[in-house]
Amino acid sequence: MKNISTLVGKELQLYFISPIAYVVAMVFLAISDFLFYNQIQYFSGLSMRMMQFQNDLPELNLHDAVFQPTLLNMGVILLLIVPLLTMRLFAEEKKEHTSELLMTSPITITEIVFGKFIAVMFVYLLLLILSLHVPLMLSVAVDVSWKPLFASYFGLFLMGGVFLSFGLFASALTENQMIAAVISFGILIGLWMVGTSVHAAGESAFRVVVNYLSISSHLSQFVKGLISSRSITYFVSMSALGLFLTHRVVESQRWK
Amino acid sequence: MISVEGLGKRYGDVIAIDDVNFSVGKGEVLAFLGPNGAGKTTTMRILTCFMPASSGTASIAGYDIFEAPMEVKRRIGYLPETPPLYQEMTVTEYLIFVAKIKGLSQSNRKKGLIGALEKTGLSDVSKRLIGNLSKGYRQRVGLAQALIHNPEVLILDEPTVGLDPRQIIEIRELIKGLALEHTIILSTHILPEATEVAQKIVIINRGRIVAVDSQEHLSSQVRKSEKMSLRVRSHHPDISGKIKSITGVLRVTPQADSNDLGLGFIVESNLGDDIRDKVAKVVVEAGWGLLEMKPLKLSLEDVFLKLTTEETLETIPHTEQVAL
Ligand SMILES: Nc1ncnc2c1ncn2[C@@H]1O[C@H](COP(=O)(O)OP(=O)(O)OP(=O)(O)O)[C@@H](O)[C@H]1O
Ligand SMILES: [Mg+2]
Repeated sequence: MKNISTLVGKELQLYFISPIAYVVAMVFLAISDFLFYNQIQYFSGLSMRMMQFQNDLPELNLHDAVFQPTLLNMGVILLLIVPLLTMRLFAEEKKEHTSELLMTSPITITEIVFGKFIAVMFVYLLLLILSLHVPLMLSVAVDVSWKPLFASYFGLFLMGGVFLSFGLFASALTENQMIAAVISFGILIGLWMVGTSVHAAGESAFRVVVNYLSISSHLSQFVKGLISSRSITYFVSMSALGLFLTHRVVESQRWK
Repeated sequence: MISVEGLGKRYGDVIAIDDVNFSVGKGEVLAFLGPNGAGKTTTMRILTCFMPASSGTASIAGYDIFEAPMEVKRRIGYLPETPPLYQEMTVTEYLIFVAKIKGLSQSNRKKGLIGALEKTGLSDVSKRLIGNLSKGYRQRVGLAQALIHNPEVLILDEPTVGLDPRQIIEIRELIKGLALEHTIILSTHILPEATEVAQKIVIINRGRIVAVDSQEHLSSQVRKSEKMSLRVRSHHPDISGKIKSITGVLRVTPQADSNDLGLGFIVESNLGDDIRDKVAKVVVEAGWGLLEMKPLKLSLEDVFLKLTTEETLETIPHTEQVAL
């Protein structure tokens, strides 16, 4: 435990010394604010018109109309941004030979992997928390339904575990950060899109499996405000798989 | 303190080291001497548990490197070929991090830090970013990193490579000082460096140990000249003097086994000078009857030819890098 917290501290220090975390945060917040703003504009225009003409239609729901589409899009933005956070984690250690220090110190590979994962999870969580400023500001003027919003953010957080653990895995494969980023884009986009192949698969058991593997289909459940144990299990076990694979890769590189 | 038995390592088809055996006693300094690609780094990486061996065993301070790697890791300080540094950290931040992962308690951390900074002469730059230090100072940070937990065994992979002559002398002095408290294995491809700092020298070439020797013994074997044996049929008294007068010949020693098979001599010339043509010409023209002429090779010769035996060869290109 002590070793893990030392390693987490070191990773966080390196994140916040270098500009990468700030640049990623700024880009992410700029885009997510823009997404929120766009959706709010659309929503206010829509509700204006509805109020003018048909007062007795079912009430428009802020969460469904604004947050739901925005948060789903935010998932895509995170997918594009997360590999930039994870790419350096192992690749740089190998390139700079600091892996020789870590691997010859009395700490385990498991501790190293968890140290890196927890640190980058922390940075990711910070991104999510910062993006909450839009709903918080809106809540001053309108009624925000917090429950589905909480479910959505919980889903984004769990999804981050999958993104980051596979990003870590990609970083362990190479000492080139660009290659690490490209590999993790590949894996994450693949996992995101298996859901869209459902239409091609037709009605079958295969369809069920593919749908279960798709990150986007699980995230859309959370964003609707539904927390299902099935989706939690999916995200947690995929994260564990990513970490396990990372451990295997780091271990196997000793044998080369 | 350290014993290595039958260690072997292969990378696919490449045999990096094969059947390496040696031992180091407590407080000894052992130099691992060999040309490029000899297998020095490979051996050190196995001893530090960075990677496993393909065959053989080794133990450090009584702990087997395969069965008790954590215990071994606790007891060694390792300076890899490239110092493992986080460029974005300051020297102190970095060393404190190392002290933590080496398992030092909070109170020992402070002591270790101050000790390591002092021994390596880094106290003045302790607050600077590692990325802004000169090569020599980075090497010192690498050394400080290996020392901070006061390990019983220090394993240093080419600790003076790429430093300027003054820094080389400083680092060697430092290593000699450390030898009082630690058991040290260091690698080098510079012969005088090995003889200067180590009591025991292991010479390795193409993955195999060629010789294990003490410092005095070894220096006596190093050739200062090219030697060849010469045998002629004639017993003419001028032979020795005539050959001596050939340009390039340093010394001519008559051999005791001169008999009916002719006279034998050992002819010495400057290192790298091939005088066989000239000697043959003189002998043939004088009609002495050339029976035999062959260069004398020491068993270690192949290796030594590849070693850097002159300090200047190694150090001159780096003189411009004066620290800071
Ligand atoms: N990762 C690797 N894959 C394949 N072959 C390797 C690898 N590392 C080392 N070798 C080979 O193993 C042999 C020994 O290499 P090693 O690095 O141990 O030599 P060295 O004595 O440290 O040389 P140098 O003085 O150049 O540092 C060399 O032939 C090298 O090419
Ligand atoms: Mg080497």
